[in-house]
Amino acid sequence: MNWADTILQGILLGGLYALFAAGLSLVFGIMRLVNLAHGDLIVLAAYLILVLVDTLHLNPFVALVIAMPIMFGIGWLLQTYVLNRTLGPDILPPLLVTFGLSVVLQNGLLQAYSADNRRIPSGYLDTASISIGSLHVGVMPLLTFVSAVAVILILNRLLYATELGRAFRATSDDAVTAGLMGIQPHRTFAIATGIAMTIVAVSALYLGTRSNFDPTIGPARLIYAFEAVIMGGLGSLWGTLIGGIILGMAQTIGGAINPEWQILAGHIAFVLVLLFRPRGFFPRAVD
Amino acid sequence: MDGQTTIWRVETKTRASTAFAILAMLAIIAGLGAPIYLPRATLQDLFFILTMLALAQSWNLLAGYAGLVSVGQQAFVGLGAYVMFAGVVLLKLDPLVAILLGGIAAALLAIPAGIFAFRLQGAYFAIGTWVIAEIVRLLVAQWKMLGGGTGTSLPASATRHMQGVDLAHRLFGFRPAQAVDVICYWLALLLAVATIFMVYRLLRSRHGLALASVRDNQEAARAVGVDARRLKALVYLASALVTGLVGALIYVQKARISPDAAFSVTDWTAYVIFIVVIGGIGTIEGPIVGVLVFFALQKLLADFGSIYLMVLGLIGIVIMLFAPQGLWGLFASRTGIQLLPVRRLLRGGPIKN
Repeated sequence: MNWADTILQGILLGGLYALFAAGLSLVFGIMRLVNLAHGDLIVLAAYLILVLVDTLHLNPFVALVIAMPIMFGIGWLLQTYVLNRTLGPDILPPLLVTFGLSVVLQNGLLQAYSADNRRIPSGYLDTASISIGSLHVGVMPLLTFVSAVAVILILNRLLYATELGRAFRATSDDAVTAGLMGIQPHRTFAIATGIAMTIVAVSALYLGTRSNFDPTIGPARLIYAFEAVIMGGLGSLWGTLIGGIILGMAQTIGGAINPEWQILAGHIAFVLVLLFRPRGFFPRAVD
Repeated sequence: MDGQTTIWRVETKTRASTAFAILAMLAIIAGLGAPIYLPRATLQDLFFILTMLALAQSWNLLAGYAGLVSVGQQAFVGLGAYVMFAGVVLLKLDPLVAILLGGIAAALLAIPAGIFAFRLQGAYFAIGTWVIAEIVRLLVAQWKMLGGGTGTSLPASATRHMQGVDLAHRLFGFRPAQAVDVICYWLALLLAVATIFMVYRLLRSRHGLALASVRDNQEAARAVGVDARRLKALVYLASALVTGLVGALIYVQKARISPDAAFSVTDWTAYVIFIVVIGGIGTIEGPIVGVLVFFALQKLLADFGSIYLMVLGLIGIVIMLFAPQGLWGLFASRTGIQLLPVRRLLRGGPIKN
């Protein structure tokens, strides 16, 4: 086994998990809502991009540019008409409604696209790679990682240097007081979920071009995203990237030892982190 | 006031509940005798309803009363079933003994699982339980002696000779294959009734009062000395035991196991959640109503495969949004009828009521 190569692949895979996790983290940070349909929304976005590529013969990156505003709209509608109704001190309604949504999305996609494995074709990028010394790095994995870093940079900038970000943080701290200052929490939440869904579209592009997908893989993506968020520490986007990298490395190292252990190794890393660092590596939020 | 002292009494009994208790007794007696007058196919349907009811009651206790929303109950179904298989296939135990072993194994799993998942607050607890179920599934898939990832079957001879089959044969003249179904059905009836009874007793005990107080206001409950964590841990353990027993029993009847089926989140958690949500979360009557609606929907729509699950999911969402108390809750709030009342009523005293 080539250790340097395995670790590098793991880090790059971590970028994908950080992308899965960024939207989940944003929504949880602002409205304390855990969206159990997050993984299925990623898969939905992957099918959306696939349809755009297939029917309009677009480059996948062009398709992504079209898919992002569509996903924003879906997120906005979902939050405005469904999820806002579930918010409150009781955690049952949001959990059960998003769980129901997960089942509906999964089976809706099964009905529409069957259980066949699909993949978004990305032309020569599928196999393109760059050599660094003795290491070969795929262009797509590298792009994934760069995109994850870019998304986190943009999100941090949005949260800490714009008026919208101030509204997000104010609503997160105290929705009632924010309301007194002229912020409409429910509209703020709708925009936040919309933004989370555009990130979901980005992660869906890389999910769909790097490997096969089918309608049933959503829940596993939700779990990876969740593990990355918790390992990184709630409330820190850079922490989420670190969490994603730990998960990615654990999986590639486990998989290199025995292919059957790949997923298991990631889960075990998560359990260990939670046992020894219950609040993750870079906790920021108090709750 | 004519000098007579009238005493306040705390009661939970209502007229409807007394009538229901009598009806329930009759139903249980009728249920026990069902193998004599019902065809085998109906018995298998009843087995399905009763096992789902037991699962739903134990999830309802977790989520509806203890506020522990688990989406990882398939961990206990799967482990219970696999340990039962191990007992029968590897240790040559009687399936009945192996079912008990499955339940105990599930309860034992709940100890580390609980220590782990209880570190996660609220909504994250839900995904934490899911991770545990995934870990157990992946580990069990490595168990090569039980077929690894592809699974294995129970040898037909093992169930043919299990406790009670001979008795059922001699008493009622059932053929062995039929007798296995009958025994499984009786066990399912026993488990479902015992689970409902256990939940009911628990809620009427002081622990039930403590649970309700924790649900309504955790800080106030702690202030009067309720140990919320310990209570929740107990409920988690009890529900794991029941879930494991039911899982093992279901797989005695199925006689064929694989990790993907035994740890299916759809079969053992999604269905159960929809049953409870549709019927009414946080009531004992709710899951009973829910399982009947669920069964009817399944009979109507099962041929449509994924559309069936979509409809189920949509109904669940609509109920959660517009009638979160579920069908039973709607009925009870209109009529005031409670069949298994756990609310304490103050009766007697100087005011005549």
